[in-house]
Amino acid sequence: MPEQLAFTIEVFLNGLMAGVLYALVALGFVLIYKASGIFNYAQGVMALFAALTLVGIMDGQVPFSHLINAILGTEVHHFGWHVPAFLAIVLTMVVMIVLAYCVQRFVFRYLVGQEPIILFMATIGLAYFLEGVGDLMWGSEIKTLDVGLPQGINIWIDEFTFDATGYGFFIDNLDIVASIVAAILVIGLVMFAQYTKQGRAMRAVADDHQAALSVGVSLNFIWILVWSLAGFVALVAGIMWGAKSGVQFSLSLIALKALPVLMLGGFTSIPGAIVGGLIIGVGEKLFEFLIGAPFLGGATENWFAYMLALVFLVFRPQGLFGEKIIERV
Amino acid sequence: MFYREAGDFNTSYAQDQQTFPIKFDRYRYYLVLFVAVFVIPFMVNDYWVNSLFLPFLIYAIAAIGLNILVGYCGQVSLGTGGFMAVGAYACYKLMTAMPEVSMFIHVLLAGGITAAVGALFGLPSLRIKGFYLAVATLAAQFFLVWLFNRVPWFYNYSASGQISAPERDTFGILITGPNTEAWATYMFCLIFTVGSALVARNLTRGSVGRKWMAIRDMDIAAEIIGVNPLRAKLTAFAVSSFFIGVSGALFFAIYLGAVEVGEAFGITKSFLVLFMIIIGGLGSIFGSFAGAAFLVLLPVLLKIVGVDWLGWPTDIVAHLQLVIVGGLIVIFLIAEPHGLAQLWRVAKEKLRLWPFPH
Repeated sequence: MPEQLAFTIEVFLNGLMAGVLYALVALGFVLIYKASGIFNYAQGVMALFAALTLVGIMDGQVPFSHLINAILGTEVHHFGWHVPAFLAIVLTMVVMIVLAYCVQRFVFRYLVGQEPIILFMATIGLAYFLEGVGDLMWGSEIKTLDVGLPQGINIWIDEFTFDATGYGFFIDNLDIVASIVAAILVIGLVMFAQYTKQGRAMRAVADDHQAALSVGVSLNFIWILVWSLAGFVALVAGIMWGAKSGVQFSLSLIALKALPVLMLGGFTSIPGAIVGGLIIGVGEKLFEFLIGAPFLGGATENWFAYMLALVFLVFRPQGLFGEKIIERV
Repeated sequence: MFYREAGDFNTSYAQDQQTFPIKFDRYRYYLVLFVAVFVIPFMVNDYWVNSLFLPFLIYAIAAIGLNILVGYCGQVSLGTGGFMAVGAYACYKLMTAMPEVSMFIHVLLAGGITAAVGALFGLPSLRIKGFYLAVATLAAQFFLVWLFNRVPWFYNYSASGQISAPERDTFGILITGPNTEAWATYMFCLIFTVGSALVARNLTRGSVGRKWMAIRDMDIAAEIIGVNPLRAKLTAFAVSSFFIGVSGALFFAIYLGAVEVGEAFGITKSFLVLFMIIIGGLGSIFGSFAGAAFLVLLPVLLKIVGVDWLGWPTDIVAHLQLVIVGGLIVIFLIAEPHGLAQLWRVAKEKLRLWPFPH
């Protein structure tokens, strides 16, 4: 097999893996958008916040220690214990549910019936707020997150492909785990939406708020549920990205990467998020490898996804799997 | 009481339709202009100009520009930073290519170039709406920043990849470079700010502005009553980009003097200007000023209170600022979606009748 082709295939595979991670973030967007029509820009910051909280709990950090030290002049930093990974994840999930409740109780309850764009801007405000709170709570330095996920090159694939083709593919173990987790998550979410009572209520709310209310579905409860679910997805995404590249501010920027994924896949479709994620992941890696790096001076990953989505949208404004937008006067 | 309208008779349509139909309002506006032109330049020093007046004036222009697009035409844009970068780099290229031409012309030309780029990126707005468009404008943001970073022609092949403003004057007074005087840069920006406000105000209440607002309120209905949506949206994008380009040029040439594109015109700048118009008030020229003033003053105040008085570390104050800005955005959207401008309007109504509320 020629060297160039092998490289291309490796880039392709790595793109697929990256796409899975984009899709993971995009899933959180889709969940909230479907159930409440809110385009939640804060999803990326929620992932950052979840990862920060997880690291903080695992290390036994005192929340707001920097602020407390600054105000009271004390020197507290750690409780001195270490929480095992599983328990820390559960505790983080509790925090995310509390967050979901607060968001619903203090923000979106007052914004029901506002224009979608107002809701969108509110989530931008929420994103800033949450980022500030997360940094105040746990400190803003780069942290490593280790919940015991396997990392590094997958030896087995490397050796297998080397024997078969004469070129060993570099596939990160973490990416494989992430793909499996994402697949389980998607299946779980679809099952939840299809076969449970809450899932049915969720779909009902997504279809028509008023009608769902009139048959006795509690809007407040469903929205808290959906935000909690989005918090859960954010936590998973935060763990994966955090384990990959450390917990730091740039984590919240993956939300920006998930946006073209959504546009491509359509805002309302869970399969769309997955397919869109894969297309964007593969597309930007291949473009960078084949055209960007040799001809355009590199770093095209920053904008390629947006341009692709933009060009695509001109021909199909609702995205691949999105619902057709019907407008009437 | 405070807003006396008694004896304030308008006897022609022209009088009735002027920007400030109430005499008291009009004279206050003249007073503000008088102070800004004849008092402040003689009092300012470098610190005041660089930390307060220049950013306020420059951001006000950007906010007016974005307000035209978002507040008046209803097309949400997150690409402000990218368009400011176009203005800055256009201004830089013009300054180095034609050193003898006045800075006035350079800044205006930079605005014109940005208008063309903005209209180009506004083209998809005909088919893409709402969130999709908001995200599509991010394409402009990231692509433009990448372009200015990667193509050496834009930064004249300088080794650092930065652009820095050479010394240029207008009417013999130094405007850019390290040897400028505070009042000169202040006056230069003030002229552009006042001009922008005047032009924007009059555009938005003329037929063009009405078309924008019709598109904003309901684009299909607007189309049916004879508004050409392509023209309305593209003019909104072009005019908005013109102002944003002017502000970008001023931001680079007058205020900072040297910029690195990713630092100065990143996505955070887009959000900052968006926040200004949300807090200030969507669809209001006064709101653009109020929002710009608010978000320029807030970090300065927080720094004075947090770092200088209370002695907190700067990073905590920076995070606190994020919390406060984010919280304020949410509070404003819940309590007063029309922003500071609406608060001002309500206050004016109250003052008209004070002390007899009925």
